[in-house]
Amino acid sequence: MEIIKVGMADYKTIKSTGILTTLGLGSCVGIALYDRINKIAGLAHIMLPSSTEIKNNSNKAKFADTAVDELIKDMVLLGSSRKFLVAKLAGGSQMFSFNSNVDILRIGERNVIASKKKLLELDIPVIAEDTGGNYGRTIELNSKDGNLLIKTIGHGLKNI
Amino acid sequence: MDLNNINSTLLDVLKELGNIGSGNAATALATMIDKRVDMKVPQVKILEFKDVGEILGDGDNPVVGIYFEMSDDIEGNIMFVLDIDSALNLTNMLFGRNTTNNQLDEMDMSALSEVGNILSASYINSLSALTGLKLKLSVPSICVDMAAAIISVPAVQFGHMGEHVIFIETQFEENQRQITGDLFLVPEVGSFEKILNSLGVIG
Repeated sequence: MEIIKVGMADYKTIKSTGILTTLGLGSCVGIALYDRINKIAGLAHIMLPSSTEIKNNSNKAKFADTAVDELIKDMVLLGSSRKFLVAKLAGGSQMFSFNSNVDILRIGERNVIASKKKLLELDIPVIAEDTGGNYGRTIELNSKDGNLLIKTIGHGLKNI
Repeated sequence: MDLNNINSTLLDVLKELGNIGSGNAATALATMIDKRVDMKVPQVKILEFKDVGEILGDGDNPVVGIYFEMSDDIEGNIMFVLDIDSALNLTNMLFGRNTTNNQLDEMDMSALSEVGNILSASYINSLSALTGLKLKLSVPSICVDMAAAIISVPAVQFGHMGEHVIFIETQFEENQRQITGDLFLVPEVGSFEKILNSLGVIG
């Protein structure tokens, strides 16, 4: 079975039987899209909430809003249809805590909110999520059934 | 500054900065544990975000990260990273005990934060002396988790600035190999120009 790694600020799609995986999501969010009719999966590992707040935004995979668009484009090219897509989210934690309210420290929370907002705009339902907290997550999206496996250190194993 | 076209002279300058800063940090560590500490030649790694997760090898490995924000004249982060065994050996040495405990408790975490604090302060003191720039360090924040999740923090912090992260990395090793650790200096890209300016390398 094929296992494809998705790096930070990166996205990948798969049609054949296989797994898309991304290691150690901290404040980043893994946006998993799945088309259960055509068995096509896509996974984006986003770092920042919005491409519109920033001038230097050429890397579309970096932002929640643009990464979702690109991911869907690729999935449609593989034969997926937008109306069959469902989403699952993981990540968006805060690894280190400081006594400060600086926005950059709430980046995980903002990444989750921005990802949901974008998916809502596109009418893609978020059917499951495992977000927040103060720990890292490694995730595996299975293209056979759209199952999302979440591994942690000290916070258990989850299938969503 | 275009990091794609950075020349070897500039890389050498950054390496030398890392060398001086972490040299002081290594001395501080050696004094604390009263053992010899060896230091490798610092490496300057200019990475795309997608490659950041694997800078410490397997991104799933549990590590201890002690994280600091650097501010004032230049912005950036300093992070001291240890594998779990090294962290346990280090705290055993500091507390002068001989346990086979394989869990870090609250006292251990506090001691590790303080070690990180001393190392980072030695590092930036020498940077400050060398460049004449004013530098401030935040309080330490510590986290035990997957390597990729820990190392993503300094990368994301300046993720809006460009497509690359600069890690100035120095590996430490206690001479019986009971402790190995990595000290990372991650300057924000604009600050990096300021450093080079202050040294008269560019400008």
